[in-house]
Amino acid sequence: MVALATAFKPAATGASLEVKDVSHAFDIDGNVLPVLDNVSISVAPGEFVALLGPSGCGKSTLLRLVAGLEPPRAGALEEDGVAITGPYPSRVVVFQDPTLFPWRTVWDNVALGLEAQGVLKTQRHRVDAAIDLVGLGAFKKAYPHQLSGGMAQRVALARALVNDPRILVLDEPLGKLDSLTRITMQAELVSLWQRNGFTALLVTHDVEEALFLANRVIVFSDRPARVTADITVDRPYPRHRGDPHLAELRRQILGLLGLDATW
Amino acid sequence: MPTYSASEIASLGGDRETALIAGDGGLHFVNKLRFSITGIGAGLAWLAFGLSCMRWPDIGDWPRTEAVAYTAFAIAGGIAIATTAQAALGKFGDGVQRRAPWLFALGAFLTLWELATAKFGWLPLPFFPPPQSIVEVYTDDLPKLLDSAFASVKLQLGGYFIGAAVGFLTGVSIGWSRLAGYWVHPILRFIGPLPATAWLPIAFFTFPSAWSASTFLIALATGFPVTVLTWSGVASVSTAYYDVARTLGAKPSFLVTKVAIPAALPHVFVGLFMGLGASFAVLVVAEMIGVKAGLGFYLQWAQGWASYNNMYAALIVMSLLCSGAITLLFKVRDRLLVWQKGVVKW
Ligand SMILES: Nc1ncnc2c1ncn2[C@@H]1O[C@H](COP(=O)(O)OP(=O)(O)O)[C@@H](O)[C@H]1O
Ligand SMILES: [Mg+2]
Repeated sequence: MVALATAFKPAATGASLEVKDVSHAFDIDGNVLPVLDNVSISVAPGEFVALLGPSGCGKSTLLRLVAGLEPPRAGALEEDGVAITGPYPSRVVVFQDPTLFPWRTVWDNVALGLEAQGVLKTQRHRVDAAIDLVGLGAFKKAYPHQLSGGMAQRVALARALVNDPRILVLDEPLGKLDSLTRITMQAELVSLWQRNGFTALLVTHDVEEALFLANRVIVFSDRPARVTADITVDRPYPRHRGDPHLAELRRQILGLLGLDATW
Repeated sequence: MPTYSASEIASLGGDRETALIAGDGGLHFVNKLRFSITGIGAGLAWLAFGLSCMRWPDIGDWPRTEAVAYTAFAIAGGIAIATTAQAALGKFGDGVQRRAPWLFALGAFLTLWELATAKFGWLPLPFFPPPQSIVEVYTDDLPKLLDSAFASVKLQLGGYFIGAAVGFLTGVSIGWSRLAGYWVHPILRFIGPLPATAWLPIAFFTFPSAWSASTFLIALATGFPVTVLTWSGVASVSTAYYDVARTLGAKPSFLVTKVAIPAALPHVFVGLFMGLGASFAVLVVAEMIGVKAGLGFYLQWAQGWASYNNMYAALIVMSLLCSGAITLLFKVRDRLLVWQKGVVKW
């Protein structure tokens, strides 16, 4: 793994991200559905921030705005002080579904970004390095339908990492995996983040996952999403799941999400 | 050298010693001989066909009866040998063995046909020609038949490729661009469902030659299903694929060529398949009515002479060509769509 780490050298370190008074809504059959309500978040370069909130509150929508796939109805988003006006490969998203292209092999899927940017010819070694990094070196020629869910999600991660993103946006990337694969991939995410230095924005519905991975946990209200808490997780990595401090934070966050009575 | 199980050695019985003396190679070969009931049955059916040709005199004048009989004997022997030595013949032996029930049915059918036509006239004659009279067409009228087949293939290929290419490009444009959809969709709805053959009378008058008119009609028949299915394929591509590609830095041209088109390809092949069927129909009708060449013309010409054996012979060639074209299309599809699981095998 050490050798791989040096082969896969990040070109840039993390960028800062500013979400300034962003509000967003969707029109559904003539009705306006407010989804984000004056959300402001400031993420420092290289920080790992987790977003927690009830399902359907607008987390994925916020990530789409960060990615530049849609413009916000109000407010502004900035990467390193520059307004986000459209998608750009410095901000790569790992979606909840791996959404691999079924007609491409693993290698060709990971090569997608470099190919789209027109630099694949000179950068082929980066594709191999990224695939090795997620431990799928033996599956370069496999097609997505031949992969398990966990492997497909790793390919999606490699497809994002090969672009050396300055901000890695993760939308419940481990949500559908079995708990064992999940735990391994959480540890891998931490080491990737520490090694590559990108800024990470992770949406998850799993409080433990947020506490295991992030420097900060931001809690949203029900739709339309507002920031209800911004909690700093001041513990060194690698973290331990039994850490009493994390357990205390977990209790506190579950309370914010309205689950205190049962737990 | 393989190791032999007790039962294999026992099955050799009395021959065991001679086989051992014959040496390694001999034992190897003898051990691979197995009589197969279906294989022997198929051989007997073809033998019966040959004998039925020889046993009774023909009720008409067919010079190829004897040649057909000897060919049938040869085939009977070939089947018997191939199925018995199946294990030694590898792939070929396996193929014959797998088809043995069909070969049996074919031999039995030919025997019945021979008896019902050439020998006892149970079926009325010019309409049901005996096998030897169809074989006679292939031996005596081959140049004309080949010319016709070649003309048909040429006409079909030209029209089909033009129709497929135009249909594909039209389908991609209307699936991708709202403006193209706005202008092309109504035309497509108005003209597309019209059977291409309905244009025949007009096309033959307005085009400079019957050949160009037929090419146009074949292209039309191919183009409509290809357009509609390519269009629906492009329109049904999940937006998630576009989102992924866009966040990775893809430009619109990349989205069309590397996302929309490959994702739509399974639909496109359904269109190409449907277009092939539709264009065969147009081809034959066009050849019968206007083009003075091709298998359709040959059929028409043979009908003028009430020469039914020629018609059957041409039909068989036509069926082989059409089936071959579809096989080829499916081969290309399997090549391009290896990434799909569970595609239908033709
Ligand atoms: N493109 C869209 N059009 C209309 N409504 C949408 C769209 N995308 C999301 N929504 C709605 O916005 C709300 C928030 O969705 P989302 O951001 O996906 O929530 P989550 O926090 O679970 O990720 C949901 O009620 C969803 O139905
Ligand atoms: Mg979501």
